[in-house]
Amino acid sequence: MALTLSNPARRRLRTLGFLSPWLIGFSVFFAYPLIATVYFSFMHYNQIQKPDFVGLRNWRYVFEQMPLFGPALWNTLWLVVVMVALRVIFGLSLGLLITKIKTGAGFFRTAFYLPYLAPPVAATVAFVFLLNPSTGPVNEVLAHLGITGPNWFNDAAWAKPSLVMLSLWGIGDLMVIFMAALLDVPREQYEAAELDGAGAWSKFRYVTWPSITPIVMFAVVTGVVQTMQYYTQALVAGKIASGVSIGPGSVIQPGYPDHSTLTVPQLVYSMGFQNFNTGAACVLSLVLFAIAMAVTMLLMRKRSGLLAAED
Amino acid sequence: MPRWRVPLRAPVALAAAGLLLSGCANPSVGSADDDPTKPVTLKFWHGWSAPGEVKAINNSIARFEKLHPNIKVKATGNVTDATINQALRAGGDEAPDVVTSFTTNNVGQYCDSGMWADLDPFMSKSGLDKAKVFPKTLLDYTSYDGNQCALPLLADAYGMYYNKDAFKEAGISRPPRTMSEFEADAKALTKRAGGSYKRVGFMPNFRLYQNSPDRLFAQWGPAYFDAKGDSRLAKDPATYKFFDTAHKLVEAQGGYNALERFRTSFGDEMSTQNAFMNGKLAMHLDGEWRGLMMNEAKVGFDWGVAPLPVPDDQAETYGRGYLTGTVAGIAHSSRHQNAAWELVKYLTADTDQVVSFANAIHNVPSTFAALKSPKLDADPTFRTFLDIAQNKYSQVMPPSTNGGMYVTSLQDFSYSVEAGKVHDLKKGLRELDRQIDADTLQSKS
Repeated sequence: MALTLSNPARRRLRTLGFLSPWLIGFSVFFAYPLIATVYFSFMHYNQIQKPDFVGLRNWRYVFEQMPLFGPALWNTLWLVVVMVALRVIFGLSLGLLITKIKTGAGFFRTAFYLPYLAPPVAATVAFVFLLNPSTGPVNEVLAHLGITGPNWFNDAAWAKPSLVMLSLWGIGDLMVIFMAALLDVPREQYEAAELDGAGAWSKFRYVTWPSITPIVMFAVVTGVVQTMQYYTQALVAGKIASGVSIGPGSVIQPGYPDHSTLTVPQLVYSMGFQNFNTGAACVLSLVLFAIAMAVTMLLMRKRSGLLAAED
Repeated sequence: MPRWRVPLRAPVALAAAGLLLSGCANPSVGSADDDPTKPVTLKFWHGWSAPGEVKAINNSIARFEKLHPNIKVKATGNVTDATINQALRAGGDEAPDVVTSFTTNNVGQYCDSGMWADLDPFMSKSGLDKAKVFPKTLLDYTSYDGNQCALPLLADAYGMYYNKDAFKEAGISRPPRTMSEFEADAKALTKRAGGSYKRVGFMPNFRLYQNSPDRLFAQWGPAYFDAKGDSRLAKDPATYKFFDTAHKLVEAQGGYNALERFRTSFGDEMSTQNAFMNGKLAMHLDGEWRGLMMNEAKVGFDWGVAPLPVPDDQAETYGRGYLTGTVAGIAHSSRHQNAAWELVKYLTADTDQVVSFANAIHNVPSTFAALKSPKLDADPTFRTFLDIAQNKYSQVMPPSTNGGMYVTSLQDFSYSVEAGKVHDLKKGLRELDRQIDADTLQSKS
């Protein structure tokens, strides 16, 4: 029997057809994992046996009985604030400097972009070597200058700043984005500002900044989301700096030293895959998701405000 | 969109999601319905990676294949527990049939979660009496709550390596046997160089290589849990004496910060840059495998092996040590469990196989018959570890439902204690007990 469809139904089907790639991607990679995470946060589940409903037990465990949750959340938020802010400031400063350089700009562009191409694990290993408190070249140079270098990755007070330094070393991606934005600012606006007697700061404040605000917001939002998922560098740095040999028999606990580099994603991995505690891992993931959503929405609203103000 | 459709769609979508989730949550299920005499290829994942070790395990497999022409074994080495866990959760055709782990701490978790199959039915079928084949201490760390989901595949015993040249230089005639002798010798053997060290007598910091607190703590013979399964570290006087001794060792050699700074200059544990092999340490806690590495590296000093000292008031227990080892089991998802059992049985219980493998990789044999075998390596340093393994006071860690989580909690607490961050030890230990109990409760269904 032939199926006859009305025009509006046909239109709806056609729209759905065009939307289907997005709908499938959204369902498989976002909606389903999110529903599954919520579902398993109420279950006792070790990924082998069938899940058992345990009500709010996992939530209570995370918020009331998990001593590492506080430090992990603090470290994650610390990194989000400090690392994202410094990356944006440093990336923008570099972009500004290189776009102003008349000769050798190509060399500096390449020199600052190259570290970004280093694989994160290799870059972290190199940094831990450079910053080794006893044998690393950085402290040796400082010693020649009469300065006692810190213990870097081996000191709880310096471990996170050391990770920030590592991320600033690989700033190449942001620098390139900012350079593109800076080169896109209309020249005639600078000329008009100069005619009005604007100095360097006034030109940056009233010409450059309004033009690159959307790019800065993009850098901040993506930086926040990326830093919320910060995992590899912190784990590798902690592993290597602690001196624990990495092999089939070793059990590596993230966060060395004294949980100062423990982030929520690392805790999620430990709970879900080392301790077979999927329920608690899902609770942690949802907390992280909620914070990331809240911060992103706040930033997006701020961005809308800035754009409206420009208009 | 007509409004009346909305209330219907939400429950339908939720029901569909629920069905989908419950379907995905079902793990792949293996079986023991296979005929072990039929041709089959088993996938065997293990952790050995050094060329000598890989050669030794491959030789073992070759001998097994000769005895069982119908079973082919596809071995994959250098596999971590994390990789095995992921593969067993995912199941499928590429998942391993036979698995090993170098971390006995995780056995409780493997047994309780059902990730590794219970081996008792297989032992019954083949008439293997585990109590007659394996020492009880090793059976204890391969089972949990009556589920024998693993068997020991060679054991590791921990003792003390010492630099005989350094001892001679310091005028010390024999290795220390009690903790007070240990402290005095460590101090005498320590040599300063400017603001740092040339050599440390014994590096007590818990983050050094194998110095995990539970290993040193074994010399006091602590009971981690009471009869009800509750953590009892705060109630055990041994815990306080252990931390007191660790503190005295640190103070006798210059303090935590100075030692920790020196520790960060050490090379990789499993390389020839190992601090003991480089003469930076005069006494060193390590396992029996280190002897083979010392011989191969031809270190530039005369060395010996002895059991670690014991507390002064437990002098009769001298000779004890911490025990752990490699364990082998059958994946829950394997569809060739009877054939897999043939391999596990051969690797763990065949005397000739266990002796040859122990000699080849310098690990302690894990069966009564192999321990008494005349074919066992006669090297006296290796024999010291065999004695530690057979000492009635030697200790293994009790298995728990969440694997080594309680060991990790003890480690974290110990790091804080040694760094001087715990001002009230009793209060801290009570909190540690509460935490371990909360973690255990959370892991139970």
